[in-house]
Amino acid sequence: MKLESNFKNMVLVLTIISLIAAGVLGSVYQVTEEPIAKAKAEKQQNAIKQVLGNFDRLEEEVLEGITLYKGYVADEFVGAAVEASENGFGGEVKIMVGFDKEGNILDYAVLQQAETPGLGTKMVDWFKTDKGNQNIKGKNPGEKQLSVSKDGGDIDAITAATISSRAFLGAVNKAYAAFSGGDVNAVSGAPNVHHQSAESASCDSLQSTVADSLSVITDSINVIND
Amino acid sequence: MAYLLILVGAVLVNNIVLSQFLGICPFLGVSKKVDTALGMGAAVTFVLTLATIITYLLQKYVLEAFGIVYLQTLLFILVIAALVQLVEIILKKVSPALYQALGVFLPLITTNCCILGVAILVANGTYKLPAGLEANLLTGVVFAIATAIGFALALVLFAGMREQLRYANIPKGMEGTPIALLTAGLLAMAFMGFSGVV
Amino acid sequence: MKSLNVIINGLVKENPTFVLLLGMCPTLGTTSSAINGMSMGLATTFVLICSNVVISLIKNLVPDKVRIPCYVVVIAAFVSVLQMCMEAYVPAIYETLGLFIPLIVVNCIVLGRAEAFAAKNNAWYSALDGVGIGLGFTFALTLLGAIRELLGTGKVFSMTIFAESYGALIFVLAPGAFIALGYLIAIVNRLRKA
Repeated sequence: MKLESNFKNMVLVLTIISLIAAGVLGSVYQVTEEPIAKAKAEKQQNAIKQVLGNFDRLEEEVLEGITLYKGYVADEFVGAAVEASENGFGGEVKIMVGFDKEGNILDYAVLQQAETPGLGTKMVDWFKTDKGNQNIKGKNPGEKQLSVSKDGGDIDAITAATISSRAFLGAVNKAYAAFSGGDVNAVSGAPNVHHQSAESASCDSLQSTVADSLSVITDSINVIND
Repeated sequence: MAYLLILVGAVLVNNIVLSQFLGICPFLGVSKKVDTALGMGAAVTFVLTLATIITYLLQKYVLEAFGIVYLQTLLFILVIAALVQLVEIILKKVSPALYQALGVFLPLITTNCCILGVAILVANGTYKLPAGLEANLLTGVVFAIATAIGFALALVLFAGMREQLRYANIPKGMEGTPIALLTAGLLAMAFMGFSGVV
Repeated sequence: MKSLNVIINGLVKENPTFVLLLGMCPTLGTTSSAINGMSMGLATTFVLICSNVVISLIKNLVPDKVRIPCYVVVIAAFVSVLQMCMEAYVPAIYETLGLFIPLIVVNCIVLGRAEAFAAKNNAWYSALDGVGIGLGFTFALTLLGAIRELLGTGKVFSMTIFAESYGALIFVLAPGAFIALGYLIAIVNRLRKA
């Protein structure tokens, strides 16, 4: 029959049930810990592979909160996958952008976003579709800042999702800033890259870094003003 | 200024009920009269703020410190349930007047998913913040209060509309829940006008 | 025969969404597409079946006054198990459903069935009740998701039915959730009276 509702029974039963629950969760946690870590790592590895193409070896570097994964083929720097984020419409937009060694955009992958379904979420393939001026593949943010046509840039924003588009392009510009900043180190670390124009390259990248950080500031002001 | 942006963001732009779909049960259940809606709104604000502070501290100094974050859901729901009971008992002793006003709503709050939802968001630091602010206890509490105000606002507005609806001629099949849901849909549409403000 | 009745009862007569009007938060929040609605429904079904069985097994060991906290602990444990398994084996779905997975704990359907059914019946019928109510919930969420996806983007389960530009995007957004569910419940009410 049912246990009596006296104080001892109540405390005892609740404690035992909680302990059993905690024990079960602990063991499930141990079982799933590895697959969870593996799934996360796999997702990141896949994104790097997708945006960077071929590489033999990766070097990880963190620059002001932005992670760079530099790819090398036979010890030659071929480009980098950069993970950057920006505040979008519904939350953080986190992307992985691949640059070749000149800073041209190879490809990108959206790692995390909470934009409006059917509008901002289209960023997943909008900026790599060949239609109008949508495609950012092959463009070099060092030559010209990426920004939507509404802000005087030459990229078509996602229809009815200008804020999401701004956030996306802002993240790409951020990634490039980190990439070109990191490039300076790459030059010194691997002298066979940009061999002839090491000086001018570092100068260029310094300039573009400054320009980029300025544009990030104006971008965020724009977002606030909107 | 930035804290004001959190407020505007959570109350108007990303309203917890009308755009995040949390706390729908009390939104539909306790919205027949403006008075009760106000009481429920106040009770939620009170409990949500307290619950957020306590769960945040638990997350930082117990769950993360001992590496047992997987107990989060279990611990938080127990803490919230206990907290609601405790608030009820204390309120009864300390301020009978306040208890009179909020008392009936307190038991309903345990299963209000916006409490657990916001507690998890703040503890994990995954709530939306304006640029330049970091997820910490202060912004978390401001976010929690703002969310609760947003909940109360949606609830009171909706209750006002439903009070008027009583005098309207509604087709038989649409009476009750269907017309309430359509009204909520229109309210959500109105709130969509704020999107992009912050 | 009774077994079948228990399942059908959950699917039709006591359909949690259309008839009992319970669990509205995930119903509205996760049905922006048919597949999302279905995943949420199945996740809830899993928790429902497990918690129903366990609660019906321990119902005589639990003193009356602490039964609700005990039930909540059982439910929260299964939700956490589900959360970890989903994160490990179906990370994409886990990310889409996000916050709504831990919030199954406060879904009134689960605690409601524990109180109304599992605490009074044996484990076998409680499991069947979990299956029936869970599938009823899944059916409702999938239907609502499919309708919203179709009206909003012209697709069902990502298969194109008509061109996206003819869709009314509002149905994928927040207001469309309320409106679509409102009309669905009105239609169900009409059918039940007929």
